[in-house]
Amino acid sequence: MSVQEQHTAGPPARASLINDPKVRGLFYQILLVSALVALGYFIVTNTLANLERQNIASGWDFLSTTAGFGIIQALAPYSETSSYGQALFIGFLNTVLVAVIGIIFATIIGFIVGVARLSNNWVISRLAYCYIELLRNIPLLLQIFFWYFAVLRAVPGKRDKWSFFFNSFHLNITGLRGPKPVFAPSAEFVGFALILGIVLTVIVARWARKRQEATGQQFPMFRTGVGLILGLPILTYFVVGMPISLDFPVFVETGPILRRGFQLGTGFNVIPEFLALTAALSLYTATFIAEIVRAGIQAVSHGQTEAAHALGIRPGPTLRLVVIPQAMRVIIPPLTSQYLNLTKNSSLAVAIAFPDLVSVGGTVLNQTGQAIEIIAIWMVVYLSLSLITSAFMNWYNQRMALVER
Amino acid sequence: MANADMFHIRTEEAPVMPAPVSTTGVIGWMRQNLFSSIPNTILTIIGILIAYSIIEPFIKFAFVDAIWTGTDRKACLPAEAGGYVGACWAYVEAYFPQFIYGRYPVEEIYRVNIVYAMFVVLLVPLAMPSAPFKAINAVLFLFVFPIVAYFLLTGLVFGDTVILPIVETPVWGGLLVTLVIAVTGIVASLPLGILLALGRRSKMPIVKLVSVIFIEFWRGVPLITVLFMSSVMLPLFLPEGVVFDKLLRVLIGVTLFSAAYMAEVVRGGLQAIPKGQYEGAMALGLRFWQMMGLIILPQALKLVIPGIVNTFIGLFKDTTLVLIVGMYDLLGQIQSSFSDPTWSTPTQSHSGYLFAAMVFWCFCFGMSRYSIFMEKKLHTGHKR
Amino acid sequence: MSKKILPLVLGAAMGVAASAAHAGTLEDVKAKGFVQCGVSQGLPGFSNPDSQGNWTGLDVDLCRAVAAAVFGDASAVKFTPLSAKERFTALQSGEVDILSRNTTWTMSRDTALGLNFAGVNYYDGQGFMVRKDLGVTSALELSGASVCTNTGTTTELNVADYFRANNMPYEIVAFEKADEVVAAYDAGRCDVYTTDASGLYAQRLKLSNPGDHMVLPEIISKEPLGPVVRQGDDQWFNIAKWTLNAMINAEELGVTSENVDEMKGSDNPSVKRLLGTEGAFGEAIGLSNDWAYNIIKNVGNYGESFNANVGPDTPLGIARGINALWSKGGILYAPPVR
Repeated sequence: MSVQEQHTAGPPARASLINDPKVRGLFYQILLVSALVALGYFIVTNTLANLERQNIASGWDFLSTTAGFGIIQALAPYSETSSYGQALFIGFLNTVLVAVIGIIFATIIGFIVGVARLSNNWVISRLAYCYIELLRNIPLLLQIFFWYFAVLRAVPGKRDKWSFFFNSFHLNITGLRGPKPVFAPSAEFVGFALILGIVLTVIVARWARKRQEATGQQFPMFRTGVGLILGLPILTYFVVGMPISLDFPVFVETGPILRRGFQLGTGFNVIPEFLALTAALSLYTATFIAEIVRAGIQAVSHGQTEAAHALGIRPGPTLRLVVIPQAMRVIIPPLTSQYLNLTKNSSLAVAIAFPDLVSVGGTVLNQTGQAIEIIAIWMVVYLSLSLITSAFMNWYNQRMALVER
Repeated sequence: MANADMFHIRTEEAPVMPAPVSTTGVIGWMRQNLFSSIPNTILTIIGILIAYSIIEPFIKFAFVDAIWTGTDRKACLPAEAGGYVGACWAYVEAYFPQFIYGRYPVEEIYRVNIVYAMFVVLLVPLAMPSAPFKAINAVLFLFVFPIVAYFLLTGLVFGDTVILPIVETPVWGGLLVTLVIAVTGIVASLPLGILLALGRRSKMPIVKLVSVIFIEFWRGVPLITVLFMSSVMLPLFLPEGVVFDKLLRVLIGVTLFSAAYMAEVVRGGLQAIPKGQYEGAMALGLRFWQMMGLIILPQALKLVIPGIVNTFIGLFKDTTLVLIVGMYDLLGQIQSSFSDPTWSTPTQSHSGYLFAAMVFWCFCFGMSRYSIFMEKKLHTGHKR
Repeated sequence: MSKKILPLVLGAAMGVAASAAHAGTLEDVKAKGFVQCGVSQGLPGFSNPDSQGNWTGLDVDLCRAVAAAVFGDASAVKFTPLSAKERFTALQSGEVDILSRNTTWTMSRDTALGLNFAGVNYYDGQGFMVRKDLGVTSALELSGASVCTNTGTTTELNVADYFRANNMPYEIVAFEKADEVVAAYDAGRCDVYTTDASGLYAQRLKLSNPGDHMVLPEIISKEPLGPVVRQGDDQWFNIAKWTLNAMINAEELGVTSENVDEMKGSDNPSVKRLLGTEGAFGEAIGLSNDWAYNIIKNVGNYGESFNANVGPDTPLGIARGINALWSKGGILYAPPVR
């Protein structure tokens, strides 16, 4: 507002240079840059002075010092003798794991609920509506606490279990246990067979699509794909002499009480912190995805559905082949930002002891006092994850748009 | 004539018969919506089962088996109350003042109440599209209210005369802190967000670049790292001896964070204004700030009210994160009350979390309804 | 535009109000009229707020003693609750004048972090708490256990060292806040809860059935807890150091808050020097000569503070043990006022 007064007060005679938009633009930009430089200088000098005064050693040397603390879930080799750098890397892997698993579940639940929201069945659509309105209006952190502290108290204790799926999976307060595959020497052939199956499926699918476009003949792609991707590895598995065995979790019910329960290092364990975090993240994000899906489907003109029905296409294939592909165009951009939100929200793991990047970083920050370095690592990692996700979704969006023409 | 009896001509209308019972009323509705086919019937039954399995234990916990009165944990202990015990509302009741005001001194609580009352009195007419005096109301709410609320909450001292005793921010807590953070975050981020949105649409390359970097940076990082940054790193940026209050540091972090989101909301509004409005303003000889302040922004900001409300809902929910950096917002205050041995019972934490969930849900659901209402109302103006 | 940022500017004024020339902490403290003291977010017996927001505890008493020494008024102190993560930054940046938050004295903190430990007001050590029904009597039987603890403290490192040194596999579940550790342990997520032994006694009160849990006899680390100040301000460092020493010396000399007025007339030269009736020891640290009198009169000696906050008659019920005076079988030893 003050700018405006200046200009109206100025006599028009001087207008030529001051009012030249280019000159003025340049002036403003120089002003902005100098303000930013001044701010940067202020911050940097203060920080350096503070670090100097407080005797804090800055730099990245701490990354190679021994961490000395344990991490409950490590996807890569880690022990207390590993370095801070490795600890942070473990945290990073855990963040990525939660984000990926969370995104998969949130998408599945979100699509189901979004479609259910539009169901003709009153009970189902009301149920979906209540689910959406209930969960998306409660803070995520509260939901994480609910899943962790309230549900944790409801499952059996450490010396007890619930078993399901023919006694091969178990749930108790220490997590979800299941059999872990153990690979013998020639197991890599099975892996190769799996890759081969996927490659063959892609090739056949391309051929089938071309043929359908050219001749209209359909090819049973789904069955072929399943046969190739599952059949080839299974066949190989028996041919090379069953190199993969399952390591079942060992549950001890006798002996000293401390030793009872599941034994460390047997079977496969999903820790409860991970379960609670993933459940909360995907159920919360799914409510937003459901609304996006609903809006996307509603954006597809009803004439499309009617035309498909008139052509004799059944409701299922209509949804799958006609409506969803068109809705995707509307769905993908907001879906991307939900994926980004989920990734960022995974940092709430710090509240329930799941060792993600923020949680491990916080521990390192405490042990070393390297606040600036740790926060810089956090920011860089999350920014890169955001950029990568955006880039991937943009690429996918373009692909969908091309199909759409 | 002989053929007359071969014809039958009705001379009056046939009586209007009611539609078959199976297509009208409750039964018809049910047939159509719940049991139209076998898969649909199965879905209905599954749906009812799911709903029942959730609602029944909830009602049992929150109402039927709940303990409503009591003075300490004995009232809510299963052994004392006899069998299964649901929510311990007696505990929430005992802690209710703390959940709303934190540890604000009891004799000064009237000040918080005045702020709450002012907030409601100013916000309600502002939110109602039909209420008069919008401009005065907005000025009061956006400029006068923050200043008055600031002095009411923190205290007012001229030299040696104490008008309102100082109340330090560490004793603030509960819903007060939640609201202070959320409202300040939105009010303070609005001007910053407008500037950033204008900057992002600017033709000056450096201004545009700076705005884009700023916006994308804050949108790309999680709020919790921003909070850690403001609580751990911000003190390092300041000259020796300059100390910021912890609440203020959090407010700065939250404001910068939400300004980036606000900028994107405002940008959406700016983009929705037809080019003719810009051209018309320029043709009238208006300068940039005149054009923006008188023509574009009033229209654009009105358009983005639903977006602003949605940002506010997000921020309101996100304020819970401040408990991780050791502030006592509503959720933090509830959590800290769990350590009180006088009320420690098996359902204490469930009751506390349930209370928090209900408070947050009421606020957020109410605001989202309002946002939808405004969206529908505003939809007419620019539909073409 | 300028009007819109007014709230921000005003807000900034609120925070920066505390900024003075920062010449010396003592001058700053005297200028603002109170001591800003960093404490924990709630650890019964050490620093814990009640429902009215009044802080009590052994660490809190130390802050009150500093305030009494400076102002002669034990209530001229304000408390800032700090998480483990924030505490050092808060002290370094000047947000608090003294940190009295059950902080372990270690070499790296004393040197690389720019801090000075003013002494030890509680000799602690890390211990383990387990459920009684586990039937465990020694920490060496804990092989294969899952252990709940706090992140970002020395306890997390000690437990790793201990289990590795004894070749026992274990599983660590590390939480951000002490309340969450207790809640998870109480829910049965872990077999063992480990933190400083004093903390175990304090946190046990928060469990739903405190009687079902026991603290194991092993102490696996040295945890000397004490007040901390910034490096580079020797005067303030001395005040913190000698406040603590005065409390310990007072107990040794038998001066309590009740008999301190009579003791002023004592013939014992040590008592005379302590209470400022002889010599000018207070002036040497920039205070009045009755500084120690004010501490003992307003707060009490170390033994009184210990018994009132964590001693056998409190819910914590901690015995004096090694925290007894050196003359009574403990290791508490303060240099003389001379």
